[in-house]
Amino acid sequence: MAGPTIFAAGTGLPPRAGVGLKPAHYSTILDTTPDIGFFEVHAENYMGAGGPPHRYLETIRARYPLSLHGVGLSIGAHQPLDRDHLKRLKVLIDRYQPGLFSEHLAWSTHEASFLNDLLPLPYTAETLRQVCEHIDDVQSTLGRQMLMENPSTYLAFAESTFGEIDFIGEIVRRTGCGLLLDVNNVYVASTNQEWDPQAYIDAYPLAHVQEIHLAGHDTRTDENGRPLLIDTHDRQVDDTVWGLYECALRWLGPIATLVEWDADLPDWPVLKSEAERAEAIMLRVQDQGDRHAAAG
Amino acid sequence: MLQRAERQHEFTAALLDPARPVPAGLVGPDRQPSAMRFAVYRNNVVAGLIDALQESFPATARIVGKEFFRAMARDYVRSAPPRSPILLDYGAEFAAHIEAFEPAGELPYLADVARIERAWLEAYHAAEATALETSHFAAINPDALPQLRLHLHPSLRVVRSKLPALTIWRMNVPGGSPDVIDLEAGGEDALIVRPAAEVEVRTLPDCGAAFIASVASGAPVVEAAATAWAASPCFDLAANLSGLIGCGAIVGCDKPRDDKLSETPRDT
Repeated sequence: MAGPTIFAAGTGLPPRAGVGLKPAHYSTILDTTPDIGFFEVHAENYMGAGGPPHRYLETIRARYPLSLHGVGLSIGAHQPLDRDHLKRLKVLIDRYQPGLFSEHLAWSTHEASFLNDLLPLPYTAETLRQVCEHIDDVQSTLGRQMLMENPSTYLAFAESTFGEIDFIGEIVRRTGCGLLLDVNNVYVASTNQEWDPQAYIDAYPLAHVQEIHLAGHDTRTDENGRPLLIDTHDRQVDDTVWGLYECALRWLGPIATLVEWDADLPDWPVLKSEAERAEAIMLRVQDQGDRHAAAG
Repeated sequence: MLQRAERQHEFTAALLDPARPVPAGLVGPDRQPSAMRFAVYRNNVVAGLIDALQESFPATARIVGKEFFRAMARDYVRSAPPRSPILLDYGAEFAAHIEAFEPAGELPYLADVARIERAWLEAYHAAEATALETSHFAAINPDALPQLRLHLHPSLRVVRSKLPALTIWRMNVPGGSPDVIDLEAGGEDALIVRPAAEVEVRTLPDCGAAFIASVASGAPVVEAAATAWAASPCFDLAANLSGLIGCGAIVGCDKPRDDKLSETPRDT
């Protein structure tokens, strides 16, 4: 059987740390041109016809590599993809030429309603087929490869017949899409599902990962006193997640790494220092790898 | 097990309606149902949309306070979830919802303040267009002016209020300070436009709104002025025109051709 059509990714991102671009930081970024590897934006925030967001993004794009991250395509929905939304994504990609485009293994629309959250799906042969059809559609409409991000989940579907990693691996095999490894999502989902996060990363199809996400989470408990982590993006990255990130880097080597911070935004220096921490780990792991290679 | 479409339908309905039971087959690590785990999704959806409204309607939120605003917004979110993944466009009917929201009945100006905020947001994200400079108009033969049709900036919005809603809005934006206000002082019409990077908000002179509405419908200046004069003999054409030109609200002008049907009036 012929394999999937392989679409070229964008120009890619440098193997450095980047941060999510927020309007509160536009002026500081333009005034100080900080040394940062790249910026990532949520595609939907730049789907207005005009206005200041586009003015700022054009100026910032002229100075930095850019990653475009969709949060509203609803690839995991039962219904067909929204053609208008795909067109809008194509317009944005043509205009801003992002190095990478990524979306989620999740759904967020039902009938005409947009639910504004990344909702979970059962891992079955039927959903696998639907997700793959949708990713084929995205890649052929956009004319480029997309990266798919692993989800943070709070519950499981009794009807699932695939494990999450097998499901993701099969999507990659069938569609030729790339992957975005969200290490915080690995930790949040693994804690909530009682999986071993280290084993998750070891088993993940790392050869297809082109970008990493890091973010902060909140810690609560469920009705049985079990830990329930919430993917809040409202604080610094947890130490355990930094540890998992370092382990992933040993496999991946230096790779574009985004620090996401979407709520309770800190001042720019705090966000930048999170990116610096990621870059310091990248350098340390590379250094260890070099010494290991030299010793071997 | 339900079909996939029904399953997503059931999940969605339970997200938006807390009175519905958690759909079957959604389990924790022990394979047992967990209401608290489903509640995370419920809360993410509703709280996230309320946050989006609070960001788009900051003065409305300041007037009624956070708790009241969030209750009013929650009601809206459940009855009118977004129809598009572009959240910056969410809230088009929020002002109408406020008008019908009984607990807000004692604040008759609140819906109009929300209309001003909505118009501001629409202007902020509207398409770009280059405003005509004052010098462009200075070069026009005054005799030709009445026959000209003016093209308004695509970001231009007019909000008419029977109450001093614009003054109340100004008191409740960052830097504003709420003060005693006479609600009987008469209505205010607001002009909102973004000629370049900044949104401008102006108080329209008498009958300015009627004049703009007529201009927007494609009428030449003379006809639009007649409409405004019919509404009030106090209408001052020169002041209205220079006001519009001065705030960058006009992006083009032309003489209507005889075959009017071939010309498409611009939307506002």
